[in-house]
Amino acid sequence: MHRAINKTRQLRFQSTLVVAEHNNDKLTPITLSAITAANKLGGEVSCLVAGTDCAKVVAELSKVLGVNKVLVAQHDAFKGALPEELTPIILATQQQFKFTHICAGASAFGKNLLPRVAAKLDVAPISDIIEIQSPDTFVRTIYAGNALSTVKCNESVKVFTVRGTAFEPAASEGGSATSEDVASSSAVGVSEWLEQNLSKSDRPELAGAKVVVSGGRGLKSGENFQLLYDLAETMNAAVGASRAAVDAGYVPNDMQVGQTGKIVAPTIVAINKDPEAPIFLVSDFGLVADLFKVRSLPPPLLSAGSLSLMALHAALSC
Amino acid sequence: MSGRVLVGVKRVIDYAVKIRVKPDHSGVVTEGVKHSMNPFCEIAVEEAVKMKEKKLIKEVVAVSCGPQQVQETIRTALAMGADRGIHVEVSAKEYESLGPLQVSKILAALAKKEEAQLIILGKQAIDGDCNQTGQMTAALLDWPQGTFASEVTLEAGHVKVVREIDGGLETIKINTPAVLTADLRLNTPRYATLPNIMKAKKKKIANVKPADLGVELASKLQVLRVDEPPQREAGVKVESVDDLVGKLKEAGRI
Repeated sequence: MHRAINKTRQLRFQSTLVVAEHNNDKLTPITLSAITAANKLGGEVSCLVAGTDCAKVVAELSKVLGVNKVLVAQHDAFKGALPEELTPIILATQQQFKFTHICAGASAFGKNLLPRVAAKLDVAPISDIIEIQSPDTFVRTIYAGNALSTVKCNESVKVFTVRGTAFEPAASEGGSATSEDVASSSAVGVSEWLEQNLSKSDRPELAGAKVVVSGGRGLKSGENFQLLYDLAETMNAAVGASRAAVDAGYVPNDMQVGQTGKIVAPTIVAINKDPEAPIFLVSDFGLVADLFKVRSLPPPLLSAGSLSLMALHAALSC
Repeated sequence: MSGRVLVGVKRVIDYAVKIRVKPDHSGVVTEGVKHSMNPFCEIAVEEAVKMKEKKLIKEVVAVSCGPQQVQETIRTALAMGADRGIHVEVSAKEYESLGPLQVSKILAALAKKEEAQLIILGKQAIDGDCNQTGQMTAALLDWPQGTFASEVTLEAGHVKVVREIDGGLETIKINTPAVLTADLRLNTPRYATLPNIMKAKKKKIANVKPADLGVELASKLQVLRVDEPPQREAGVKVESVDDLVGKLKEAGRI
């Protein structure tokens, strides 16, 4: 039997799954950057909320501009966002909806989880992208940001994590996503989340802060970091530290900025009493002054609303 | 449990070297440039050797994938205390497109072959900065993963891992066999002493090909180009805080 074969070109629409990071109370801001990245690809954007108590986060996500659908998976096994438990639900969701792209923020959560998902799908993931040139071409940094690599991905599903500072967060109002439950299977049970020790602070969170005051080993002690905490408070800024300062024990590890810590995208203002200090070669603005004499910055600098990310790198010369 | 730990080690451009992008933008210059063991891999080796010294495990096997030169890196691991090495031979050409997906397949196959109880890797390599291989290896083996580890406690049948996460630290307990990835503060790697470097020359390094392990090296990722980042130009010097505020306003930053 001869059949007229209709060669219909099946257009594969882009559809992206964003794996939401949250604490069962609020969405983590980097997820909003991942949603922006997803929207740049074109096509539908769905967000998966997997957790122990999802309602609040689902409500928040449903209002985010750019989200079409919220997929909800609620189960006690998702306590602590263990990758061994989250991977099966993501795979099941992928099996059901056949997304062309799967992404998450390049936070500890996303970096821990998405490569596991990618390996199960037998695809090479792309970490920490800073730019989307097309649905299959991404830019990322290598060698600690000393080079940029433009990568074309020919995998059937593109799995990637998104650098938060490279994509504006999606607007938290104006969206009206539908939501539906996705079935969770029973717990895998090979891993258990025991506890967390988060640094308690009234200061803005480092990764998403508009203004960052950072210090290095030149501060010489944890006590001297108080200078930066005081300065930061006048600017409603977060405080970051170099790896050397963390290693020396001046500050806890979650304050680390840089290649293997949190990557911030600052305008750098350096304060150093040595006019020849190397920081001045890379800073955008340099003030030759003794940090100990600069206690606070005047009000115009405090309007953080219009400030793009700014880091005040306080480097004391020896 | 076999008491055998597999440690992956990567040969990378030394962290202190200022890298240069090739004029044709095809990659970074590696010819004639100093290479060393990836710092996170050193930490992984150290952790495994410490476990052996504490008699928690019996044997440390160092693995590296790449062309002939990676044998130097395996020798360094042996000098730090690994018992034997495995060199997975990958030609220079194939090495250009060797990435975490391929390496994780190789490590998974070796882990099965060697009946490893633990795989310890560095959290990321300082060249690619991917931070994927440990997670992918665990997935392929269906093992749990303890990534960004700053403290590891091996107990009967499981391992407690304190992990560095964005807000601080978290503690998980995972069954063995498992994959761990080492973060910066897990330990301080020892220097290989001269006597140990000499001893290491006698330790065995086996050669194996990816095909022997059933692994295909083809990659679906293609690096189109490599560029230098936009140059930070030397900035503007200001005389006082008021001057700073004025210039920031002019530049539209506040």
